[in-house]
Amino acid sequence: MTHEYKIEMRGVTKIFGPQPDDVLAQLKQGRSKDELQAETGHVIGLNNVDLKVEPGQLHVVMGLSGSGKSTLIRHVNRLIDPTAGEIFVDGENVLAMSLDELRTFRRTKIAMVFQKFGLMPHRSVIDNVAYGLEIRGVDKKSRLKTAEEWIATVGLEGYEQSRPHQLSGGQQQRVGLARALAMDVDILLMDEAFSALDPLIRSGMQDELLVLQKTLNKTILFITHDFDEALKIGDQVTVLQDGAVIQSGRPEDIVLNPANAHVEEFVADVNRARAIHVHTIMEKGEFERCEAGVPIGACCEDVLPLFAEHDWVGVNEEDGAQVGRLTAKQVIKALARHSSAV
Amino acid sequence: MFPEFVNTRPLRVWMDEGLNWVVRNWGDGFEAAAYPSLVMLNKIEDLLLAVPWWLIILALAALAYGATRRFTLPAVVIIGLVFMGMMELWEDSVKTMALMISATVTAIIFSIPLGIVMARSTLVRKIVTPILDLMQTLPSFVYLIPTVMIFGPGKIPALLATIIYAAPPLVRLTDLGIRQVAENVLEAAQAFGASPSQRLFGVQIPLALPTILAGVNQTTMMALAMVVIASMIGAGGLGYQVLQGIGRLEVSRGVFAGLGIVVLAIIFDRITQAYGKQLQEQIGLAGGR
Ligand SMILES: Nc1ncnc2c1ncn2[C@@H]1O[C@H](COP(=O)(O)OP(=O)(O)O)[C@@H](O)[C@H]1O
Ligand SMILES: [Mg+2]
Repeated sequence: MTHEYKIEMRGVTKIFGPQPDDVLAQLKQGRSKDELQAETGHVIGLNNVDLKVEPGQLHVVMGLSGSGKSTLIRHVNRLIDPTAGEIFVDGENVLAMSLDELRTFRRTKIAMVFQKFGLMPHRSVIDNVAYGLEIRGVDKKSRLKTAEEWIATVGLEGYEQSRPHQLSGGQQQRVGLARALAMDVDILLMDEAFSALDPLIRSGMQDELLVLQKTLNKTILFITHDFDEALKIGDQVTVLQDGAVIQSGRPEDIVLNPANAHVEEFVADVNRARAIHVHTIMEKGEFERCEAGVPIGACCEDVLPLFAEHDWVGVNEEDGAQVGRLTAKQVIKALARHSSAV
Repeated sequence: MFPEFVNTRPLRVWMDEGLNWVVRNWGDGFEAAAYPSLVMLNKIEDLLLAVPWWLIILALAALAYGATRRFTLPAVVIIGLVFMGMMELWEDSVKTMALMISATVTAIIFSIPLGIVMARSTLVRKIVTPILDLMQTLPSFVYLIPTVMIFGPGKIPALLATIIYAAPPLVRLTDLGIRQVAENVLEAAQAFGASPSQRLFGVQIPLALPTILAGVNQTTMMALAMVVIASMIGAGGLGYQVLQGIGRLEVSRGVFAGLGIVVLAIIFDRITQAYGKQLQEQIGLAGGR
């Protein structure tokens, strides 16, 4: 298959219950999810999900609790088998793997961070971080060395011999993160990895994750129910509702053009001035150079104060060349709530 | 009078004769099968009798200190055991200890694997649970009669009866302990590519260990509770003294031997419990049980 995508899901449907195939047939005939759930007692966890994650991308899947996020991410390393659909990781068909191949795949290709940490309470921090390497069969000396390095990277020096229950939630999540990173694999799956953390620690971890992703060039599939988090870290955001993908795009595409009322609700609480980047709303092209200018990565919040003095503000490339301009009116229009008519 | 619908006499005759047939034809086979446990019991007994009394007391006191990190339990161990020695009950205590230890060890060998299998298969659990219920509720005399018929009076039927009575809680608690292991920890192990045996030995058993140890504790207690009955069919030990006390109406003999059983019970109960607690604290489940 194509290697274009690091992770690709095609038409994945997951139905929980004793007779998933019967329910699937009815679902395909166009019956609604609610109707089927009420009638058959089955739960439709995922409904015809397509997902494409490019190499090096930090792809966020977002949705309310119960929307199927955990179900989705567990399909990628096949902790859950789908009722229908195809899943490719690095071009390999995950569903065609034998149990042995699957174990090798999990040991060498992909690592996971869990919302509830999933640490082994009977192992010390360092043995927890080394767990994946131990399973992979790395000898004791080198796996402990690697584990030590990662413990230092996540800022937990001195806790090597502690037990998980002696650490705070934030520290435990760092252990979980270090355990996944110690595997040194290309692909990280993170299921609400930061949801259990205090806001301050959480923000710090988000920054660290962004740095890690830039320096190590990982492909990350990140689950969250928090839209602000999705906007902050996501290169690409997929919104899940009732097990179905309702929108997928760059963060600001979603802020600017929410696909339906549900997404709009998410967007309503967002600080739009921070979420919307100027280059997405500017007037592109060569214009007379403006007196004031902002870099291309700036968001609306950065440019607003400049309008006190200037009518036009330029948007400049890193080398200083002006690539567009914008007026206060354009910014206000972007910040104002979009009605679906727009 | 309850009316007689069917004549059940043939059934009873058939049962009794069946057992006789089994005793005649398979008795030797059964005896050979149970022989290793007899060897173990005798070896343990000989060993404990060969070791000087003070060494046993010291070893148990050290074990008690290791488990509790305090001096209370070791003191209880020393005072209790010295008291039993002074009451001329040392040899009987050692015999009872040997029976209890052999029964517990045998129970561990069979119960833990069975508990693990139960935890993994609903079908096995459905079949085994009623058998365990039966083992725990059936009055021990009911199975004592056939076992004595098969093996003759002596240590083997005593040991078997003790095991039948004492093993069920260990099976149940092993099953419970394994099933209680948090789903998210197991899932993490699976996500990192752990094989079923890596999950069993690396995650499930270590995390179930405090519960399994609670089962071992109950098994030792129930084995001790069985010693009087076991002595009736030739196990000797403290239970035999109690029995003689009753038979000869020598209250003192019965009381002191009975106290001896209590002392043993306290010692082994506290030691195994304290180790279980230590383990739980290590894992961070303090206050669990
Ligand atoms: N093993 C399961 N059996 C039955 N229903 C399940 C199972 N796992 C998840 N579900 C259901 O699937 C839906 C999606 O769950 P989940 O993926 O955990 O949501 P999220 O992670 O977005 O909160 C929920 O309605 C949940 O109850
Ligand atoms: Mg979830």
